[in-house]
Amino acid sequence: MIQVEGITKTFQVAKRNKGVIEALKHLVRREYTIVKALDNVSFNIKQGEIVGYIGPNGAGKSTTIKVISGILVPDNGTCNIIGYTPWKDRKEYVKHIGVVFGQRTQLWWDVPVIDSYQLLKDIYKIPTNVYQNNLELLTETLELKELLNTPVRQLSLGQRMRCEMGAALLHDPKILFLDEPTIGLDAVSKKAVRNFIKTINQEKQVTVILTTHDMRDIEELVNRIILIGKGKILLDGTLDEVKLKFGSEKTMVITYSTQFKPFDFPIENINGNQLRFMINTNKQSLPQIIDKVSEYVQIEDIDINHLPIEDIIVKLYKEYQL
Amino acid sequence: MRSYLVLFQMRFIRGLQYRTAALAGVLTQFFWGFMYILIFEAFYASSSTPQPITFHQLVNMMWLQQAFLALIMLWFRDSEIINQITKGDIAVELLRPIKLYEFWYARLLAQRTSSALLRFLPILIVASLLPYPYNFVLPPDAFSFILFIITLVLGVLIVVALSMLIYISMFYTLSGTGSILIFGVIGEFLAGLIIPIPLMPEALKRIIYFLPFRYTTDLPFRIYVGNITHNEAIISILIQIVWIIILYIIGKLWMNKALKRLVIQGG
Repeated sequence: MIQVEGITKTFQVAKRNKGVIEALKHLVRREYTIVKALDNVSFNIKQGEIVGYIGPNGAGKSTTIKVISGILVPDNGTCNIIGYTPWKDRKEYVKHIGVVFGQRTQLWWDVPVIDSYQLLKDIYKIPTNVYQNNLELLTETLELKELLNTPVRQLSLGQRMRCEMGAALLHDPKILFLDEPTIGLDAVSKKAVRNFIKTINQEKQVTVILTTHDMRDIEELVNRIILIGKGKILLDGTLDEVKLKFGSEKTMVITYSTQFKPFDFPIENINGNQLRFMINTNKQSLPQIIDKVSEYVQIEDIDINHLPIEDIIVKLYKEYQL
Repeated sequence: MRSYLVLFQMRFIRGLQYRTAALAGVLTQFFWGFMYILIFEAFYASSSTPQPITFHQLVNMMWLQQAFLALIMLWFRDSEIINQITKGDIAVELLRPIKLYEFWYARLLAQRTSSALLRFLPILIVASLLPYPYNFVLPPDAFSFILFIITLVLGVLIVVALSMLIYISMFYTLSGTGSILIFGVIGEFLAGLIIPIPLMPEALKRIIYFLPFRYTTDLPFRIYVGNITHNEAIISILIQIVWIIILYIIGKLWMNKALKRLVIQGG
């Protein structure tokens, strides 16, 4: 469905040192540094997948989204998405995709939301019955009823984001690109947005690609992660694979009643009669660890927690030196 | 085509909402109109040789200029488009299955026409109540009036095509002020909005007749006051059409080029 092959995109950034003299020099002659925003990026995505596209700030996430949604022209590489090359067949291609940029609005600022929707209906040439059905469905799942007659500028961020989602899906897109859809939203709105993404993915088989910094988004929505850093794809796998590979460390909390001898191994935290430390099940098996600990204390209770996904991602970034 | 019409309609309706702005505009335009008329009255009074255009004709041109200011001024700007270019929201515009050039063209046209529609009648009505030679009068004959309407409409199409070039230049300059200022000042002069073209020296006239700017205002207004013959007017309509086509092609090609090297920063 989505085939991206060897996409490269460079930007020229004017470089200027500080100081007045440098500024004057800059007027006459500019030095540019070439920044490789995308470096040979390739991936394939099947229909119905929800893919989390993650990476630190400046890694190339948004650039990728802009290239595969037809806005930017890459220097190199090929791309075949539902039979189109996005930047060549932009006008035809964008009819089949929906895009939401968390930081930009595609609604018209000073008219009621429903007017924007009407205009989109005409722009996308959506047949009236399809439009009516979609509007009904979207109004219901996104709880838009009270918002539709409000001018966009009077909406809160969370309300606006729900309306943006609606706007991106009115024309029955096959693919939905979400660039940080939950940025700046409160917990309730985030939840609403996530539920909605899940619903349309299941009910309409919409393929979703989302970039995010919010690990809850990843955990709740995504079945596949693509990690990008410094313009290169570093990892492409399911969330479970990532967890298995980078989440072998767990935290163990042991509650004890009596202590036999002083501890002579590294302990992260002692809290009353609780021990907390990191274990790595790849290196030592659990029974071994428990055996060892019981030499020191009388164990009352054991609690083992997976590393939170945030920490896994931090480890991932560290591992790849991002 | 329909989507461009709908956008036109939406912008048009929105433009009509700004009644207070229109009222303020009408008052300002009266002030400017009087000022220009007084300047040219002094000029006519100090010169004894007959001028190529009568004072009363000139007065009428001034009123038309002020009444249709929104249609003809190159500095008339759409700050939303400027913001889209400089802040990168153009990304969203490109996600729509539309041709950007045509989309913006429709938008600019709607903005100008809605703005002008609110202003021109009060100005012309009040100006027609003034005493001679300051009053606004009807054109010498009905055919002049028809030619005036045709050339005015075509003139607006030229103005919008020219202003599209200003917006496209912002892809390179990333600032609205410079392009609009330079284009505005030069364009205004070449359109005869600062000194009426009939009063200009012959050599300058020849250059100006070669450029598109005078076909936006000078032509329709002089047809209205009867300073241009019907034959010349009909030939000029053809020239207007040629200019519209040329400017459209230049704009389209330039925009395609600009979009290819587009860089969208942030977010």
